[in-house]
Amino acid sequence: MNETLVDARGKRCPAPIIALAQASRELPPGTYVVLLSDDPGADTDVPAWCRLKGVDYLGTRAVDDGAGTGYVVRLPQ
Amino acid sequence: MSRRRSEWDSVSGMPLCEPARQALLAAIDAGWADPARLYREGRQARLLLDAARESLAASIGCRADEIRFTPSSAAARQQALLGLVSSRAGLGPVVTSAIEHSSILLAAESTGLPRVDIGVDSAGRVDLPAMLAAGVNAAAVALQAANGEVGTLQPVREAGEALSAHGVPLACDASALAGHGAIPAGWSTLAVAPETFGGPRGVGILAVRTGARWRSPESAEDTAWVPLAASAAIAMETALQRNLQHGERLRAIIGRIRHAATSTIEDVYAAGDPIGRLPHVLTLTCMYVDGETLVRELDAQGFAVTSGSACVSDSLRPSHVLAAMGVLTHGNIRIGLPWDVADEEVDRFLALLPRIVSQARGRLGA
Repeated sequence: MNETLVDARGKRCPAPIIALAQASRELPPGTYVVLLSDDPGADTDVPAWCRLKGVDYLGTRAVDDGAGTGYVVRLPQ
Repeated sequence: MSRRRSEWDSVSGMPLCEPARQALLAAIDAGWADPARLYREGRQARLLLDAARESLAASIGCRADEIRFTPSSAAARQQALLGLVSSRAGLGPVVTSAIEHSSILLAAESTGLPRVDIGVDSAGRVDLPAMLAAGVNAAAVALQAANGEVGTLQPVREAGEALSAHGVPLACDASALAGHGAIPAGWSTLAVAPETFGGPRGVGILAVRTGARWRSPESAEDTAWVPLAASAAIAMETALQRNLQHGERLRAIIGRIRHAATSTIEDVYAAGDPIGRLPHVLTLTCMYVDGETLVRELDAQGFAVTSGSACVSDSLRPSHVLAAMGVLTHGNIRIGLPWDVADEEVDRFLALLPRIVSQARGRLGA
């Protein structure tokens, strides 16, 4: 699966969501994006942003190197 | 010339309204004595305290002997729940809505008993079937009358009636609703916060239904400094009148702000039920900005509002209310309008907000 990583670790809200929004504007439709964030607000804000923007939220995954969570989304086709 | 400030955080607290201020000052002179004493000055204080009870009971819709005073509204909220739990320990879990005031969630946690948190829908209304399913076997259930962050009214009457058929008591935190709307039936205990309707801080009102199995915590006295009790009672009477006069106007203003902010600024959302809500409360969430910046910029322009965003809270965790609703938690501001809000203030706020939001977004590179 082709994924684009957006690493927003170390950034506090709303920076991770801003990074995700920027990626969604720049990347091709249908791209899988994994946002890496260690901000506590991301747990709620990523799914909420996805719902508001019509982006598929595909859940979380563990991060291999260090703290934080990977939030997996798929941009609209 | 300094412009009048717009104090739009009435949910946290309001200035003492004039009748309550006068009642406080008069009672400081007439009601300083210990109301338990038998001499004239004590009896006089007792009369003032009893009059405060009667007045509050009439305002709330209960009996005077069901009214207790606590050292603070926070204590009233906690005792409303803990007093039920401690007299029914071993009878099941403590059930709470996920959007109760954090002090109530902490109190529930402190019991050490099993906990069940009941979720809410995206408008912030509790899942009533789930609450009743868990509640029928509970030691006690906590359900607020209305949420102080988003304003959504909760189905207290329905919950209380259903739970009472199973002998399960309901602790109702009315600290956001009391003084701004009719208090629903169905509660076994009720907590009221005078500072949220023009009364004093330093006193809380706790109503305990006759027949409710409620135990007072150790060292909790059912008394308050008489002047505070007298002042709180007058504040409640005044609030009920002001509600009749101004409630619909406030409701319409909140509706106006809701509509204008969400339709004139991109990516701004209103949280909470647009209809079943408190008349004077609104939370707006502005995507791609942080709440602290919004609060500071509005403060610089004369508007005192608060925010439940993570950057503003001590714990760096976002508002548990917004998180439970599954809505955006960053970039939010909460407005609590005072009764005397002027149309010009609202005009000015609506003219300012788009600029503040777009400047904040620009600084963040959004």
